[in-house]
Amino acid sequence: MTQAPPVPPLHMRRDRFDPAAELAEVREGEGIRRVETMFGVPAWLIARHDDVREVLGDATRFSNAGGLALRMPGDTRTEEEKRRAMAGQMLAADPPDHTRLRRFLTPEFTVRRMKRLEPRIVEIVDEHLDAMEAAGSPADLVPSFALPIPSLVICELLGVPYADRAEFQHRTGRQLDLSIPMDERIALQRESRAYMDRLVAGAKADPGEDMLGMLVREHGAEMSDDELAGIASLLLIAGHETTSNMLGLGTLALLRHPDQLATVRDDPSTVDPAVEELMRWLSIVHTGVARTTTTEVELAGRTIPAGETILCALPAANRDPAHVEHPDVLDVSRGAMGHLAFGHGVHHCLGAPLARMEMRIAFPALLRRFPDLALAVPIEDVPFRAFHFVYGLHSLPVTW
Amino acid sequence: MKIAADRDVCIGAGMCVMNAEAVFDQDDDGIVLVLVEEPDAADEAAAREAVSLCPSGALRVIG
Repeated sequence: MTQAPPVPPLHMRRDRFDPAAELAEVREGEGIRRVETMFGVPAWLIARHDDVREVLGDATRFSNAGGLALRMPGDTRTEEEKRRAMAGQMLAADPPDHTRLRRFLTPEFTVRRMKRLEPRIVEIVDEHLDAMEAAGSPADLVPSFALPIPSLVICELLGVPYADRAEFQHRTGRQLDLSIPMDERIALQRESRAYMDRLVAGAKADPGEDMLGMLVREHGAEMSDDELAGIASLLLIAGHETTSNMLGLGTLALLRHPDQLATVRDDPSTVDPAVEELMRWLSIVHTGVARTTTTEVELAGRTIPAGETILCALPAANRDPAHVEHPDVLDVSRGAMGHLAFGHGVHHCLGAPLARMEMRIAFPALLRRFPDLALAVPIEDVPFRAFHFVYGLHSLPVTW
Repeated sequence: MKIAADRDVCIGAGMCVMNAEAVFDQDDDGIVLVLVEEPDAADEAAAREAVSLCPSGALRVIG
């Protein structure tokens, strides 16, 4: 059994909304630092915007298929299980395999396709706000708003019965919690794999109008069942753990900046830049998938041999003063794309247009419905998710 | 200023459409379409921004 260390590893370390001061030191100082990881191998941590962009933008010299996730200490899975688990996992694939898998999905995430989804997302958001209003103040914004909205959206889109959500929400949340003992996470992974296998079998028997049905109908002959299960599982986890934490943490950030909250609430033209700025300032994905050098590379003035692990500190890179003026200040009026919170390069978040759409609808709708929204507890009592692959909040008690 | 797109490299992120919808579109597969190869002055800045932000590096400015 692995005991949770008292402090998360450097690449995950935060001080509430901010990357740990030590990450800024790496960025302003040597630019690259040898660090220990929870994967049993050391890595190189980089923290400057330009360096991170270079690494993420070059899938040839920096591979995603290094299989760090396959080398977790205490992993009891068989080689066959690991091989099956990696099939369809776009985040663990390089081109051309990655390109082939991703192209199956791109039609489902176009800007135009997202616009067609907009009315349904508005409806889902309104339903949850109605339910919050009916239940009355106070409420925990995580289970009543931040988690269920992206959850329902991805379930409908993918073709996962929403009735199963509690079960897999619990599983995915715990699978990505790095403080949970490895044997328990492996057990959860096996359960969710069995669930996905059943879902894929159902879609193959009777393909519906959803994304799984589309994949079966249009690409069923080009994909193995393991790839289908892998893709579905990646979309489901990504759809749950990212936008929901942006909604929770983003709301808390706005509550701590009341003037900016008022702008987002009252002026629709500020919503789009506000979403980009919240993404940049919060950078909820600590590093994304570690890269492995495929050849000797020059990085941040150092020569790194082939076969080394690189971790990209996204929160530090997004607060790089060489890229943004006064980067530690949250200023919703300046928000622009160009931050690295969705990654960069060929693995740039496939769901980014969906995530943006959900946030652009959900933040102002929440703030307009409850103009007196306030934190119900002192900030010291808000539980941040220190050990999670995706940063965020365990709960967010609010009143109105 | 002229814009060129490599459709084999494009990953369908759609950032170009979000940044400069007068210049770019996506086909039914999500892959980039350049609507205006030589954007006029009004769209030039947005088009340049789209090129610099393209995650896959599928877009280029020629000249």
